Formats: sequence, structure tokens, C-alpha cells
Amino acid sequence: MLTKAIALFKKDFHSELRTRYAINSLAMFIIVAISVIMFAIGQERISEGLTGGLFWVVIFFTAMSGLSRAFVSEEERGTSLTLQLVAAPSTVFTGKLIFNIILVFCMNTIIALLYAALFESFVINNFGLFLLSFVFGNIGLAISSTIIAAIIAKAGAKGTLYPVLSFPILLPLILSSVQLTLFAIDGTSIETAKFELAIVVSYDVIMLTVSYLLFDFIWKD
Amino acid sequence: MNNYSVEAIGLNKTFGRRLIFNGINFRMDKNGIFGISGPNGSGKSTLVKIIAGLLSPSKGKIIHKNSNDEIIPEKLHNHIGFASPYLVLYEEFTAWENLDIFSEIRGINFNKDKAKDLLNRFLLYKRRNDLVKTYSSGMKQRMKFIFALMHNPELLIFDEPTSNLDEEGKKSVYNIITDVSKQIIVIIASNEKTDLDLCNEILDLKQFKDF
Repeated sequence: MLTKAIALFKKDFHSELRTRYAINSLAMFIIVAISVIMFAIGQERISEGLTGGLFWVVIFFTAMSGLSRAFVSEEERGTSLTLQLVAAPSTVFTGKLIFNIILVFCMNTIIALLYAALFESFVINNFGLFLLSFVFGNIGLAISSTIIAAIIAKAGAKGTLYPVLSFPILLPLILSSVQLTLFAIDGTSIETAKFELAIVVSYDVIMLTVSYLLFDFIWKD
Repeated sequence: MNNYSVEAIGLNKTFGRRLIFNGINFRMDKNGIFGISGPNGSGKSTLVKIIAGLLSPSKGKIIHKNSNDEIIPEKLHNHIGFASPYLVLYEEFTAWENLDIFSEIRGINFNKDKAKDLLNRFLLYKRRNDLVKTYSSGMKQRMKFIFALMHNPELLIFDEPTSNLDEEGKKSVYNIITDVSKQIIVIIASNEKTDLDLCNEILDLKQFKDF
């Protein structure tokens, strides 16, 4: 199954390079969102807590602007039926998930680097904790975004529905990730942050399990 | 010898409160061409989608068997070739790339000789390296037949197979359908008399409109 899913990922990757469905909107959103925050702040020095929160605000809205493309582009082009004829639902979900995980990691690495370069107060004092929260947060974000994209792809008002449906589902992940980012900025030890880390890891496991269980029903009909 | 069979038991499909068809029963277990006919809106496309596992029936079921072993829905796509005007291939890729990609996703080796042969038979070989989006609607339709035939399916389903095709295209499609129907089951859903003339048996959906 993994080989077939990787083949599907490769198809999406080459398709993305040719059509620029998601990359352009993600890149534009990152630039615009960070510029707006910088204009809003002006010469003020914002607190570490606010920087950590704003970091995840940018991540959330950037994800909302581009990650739905995995399924929406198939539905809009009418290729969903073709995909149903060549692959099992679990292969389709795995292929799309791999694509979104890589996209989320690339996108969030760029956001983190821009934040580190542009905001004085975004100084990570516990890099190990930041890395853990970044990795598990990104995986959770990719899983949720992928399954929600599959749900909304067949709906009429996709653009509106995606963030509206994503917000309550992503809320536990975002809140815990914001807290973990604050801990990483403060230099709190991993031992102290283990409760929040456990929430994020559990979230990932639950969302992954639920997604695989639900996807068959979402994909067909 | 193909040991494939398709059986429909009490198929019923409704969209909301609108009945599409009711009480369809059939069994196809011999190689040949089976037609599904009926006026526009009679549910031909709906029925072929149900047979291909792309739609669920409201009531009843479809059973696919290969050598008496029932095929589970997750693996059904490996046994079916499907072509229709509403099927869309990846237009940002060339015909050759499309066939290569689909083979990879199916988990089978890309048979270049077979791809060349089919592209030749459907008169597309010279355009194999052009993006599908540059094809005419007739060329896209011929490309869908190649998509349906590439993985050697045991059941072929063609919904309105000759729509968008010129006389030359129709001739190559009819030749291929006649050839493959000696080895496997072919289902054609159409209103065209020339398409239905190829069929050994025809199921007329007009009979299945009542509860």
C-alpha cells in the first residue's frame, strides 16, 4: 500500500510543480500575513507570549489557504472518479497525507525562519522542546487538514466551510501547540511540558485513526 | 478463460425522493458484450457506476466474483476497466505520463509495449508526448479507452463509448470491444443503435421504474 501511496504522492508533487495550485497561495499568504503583523506592530516590541500565539495564528490561516487543495483540486478538475478507479481509499488518503505533511513542514519551516529573522522576541530557549512541538503539531495539522479537505471537497462553499469546520477540530492542537511554543521560548524543560506534549501526540494518534476509519465513507458517494 | 462474474440482486437507487430504478436483477458470467439501454435520465450511468463500485445502491447489492471468490470492494478497482465521457484524466500530464502514473498508483509495472500498442490502435501514438489538455474531446475519449485497457481488467465498463468520436475513432473502438469481448465481459451503457448492435444481451432500464 505504501508504494502505491508514494506513487500517488509523486503524482501530486509533479502536478503541483506544473499547476502551482497550493504553493502560490501558501507563499502569498505567508508573506501577506507576516507583513500585516509587522505593520500592525510597528516599532513596538511584542512580548514572547504574543509572538508564540501569532506564530500559530499565521500557521493556522496559511494551512487553511492551501491544504484543502489535496482533495479540492481533484474534485474541481473532475479527477476524483479517475482516482477511485485506480486506487483503494486507504491508498488515496495515505498519498494525500504524505503530500500535506511535506507541504506543512516546508510551509511552517519557512514561517519559523521568517519569525526568527523578523521578530526579536521570537527566541527559542529550549530548541528540543520546540522541535518536538513543531514536529507533532505539524503532523496533527496535516492529518486534520487532509481529512477535513476530503469532507469539504464535495461541498458547494468549500472556501468558507474549510476554516469553519477546521477551527473546532484543530482547536485542541493549536492551544497545546501555542502553550508548547511558549514553553520553548521560556526555556521550560521537556519534563515540565510533558502534559501538553502528551495531548499533542494523543491528538495525532486519535485523528489518524479516525481519519482512516472515516475516509472510506467520505470518499465513496 | 475468464472466470469472472457480476451479479445484481434487487438493485434499487433513489436520489432523495426520486426513484431512478428498482428491482434490477441480472447475472453476467459469460464473456461477451452486455448492453444497458434506456432513455436519457433512466439511470444508465448510475447503474454502471454502481456496478463499478463508484456508487452505492440504495437497496440490493452487486457481487463481483473471480473464480468463485468474492472480490472485496477495496480491491474491485484492480479488476475493472472503465471509460466514460465524464471521466477526466490528468490534463497537466502527457498521455504517456498519465499511463505511467496510473500503472504506478495501481502498483503494477508500466508495460511500455502495451502502451505503445494501445496508443497506436487508438491513433494517438504520435501525440503521446503532448499534454492531455491540448487534445480534442475525441482524442481525450480515445485516451480513456487506453486508460481502461492498460491493466488487463477482467470486466470492462463503457458508458456511452462512442460519444465525441469520429467515424475512424468509432471503428477502432468497435474493433477493440469485439476483440476483448472474446476473453472478458464487456458492459456498454448507451442509446446509440450502433453501440447496442454489438451486444449479445440488452438490459432495458425502462422496465425498472416501478416500485
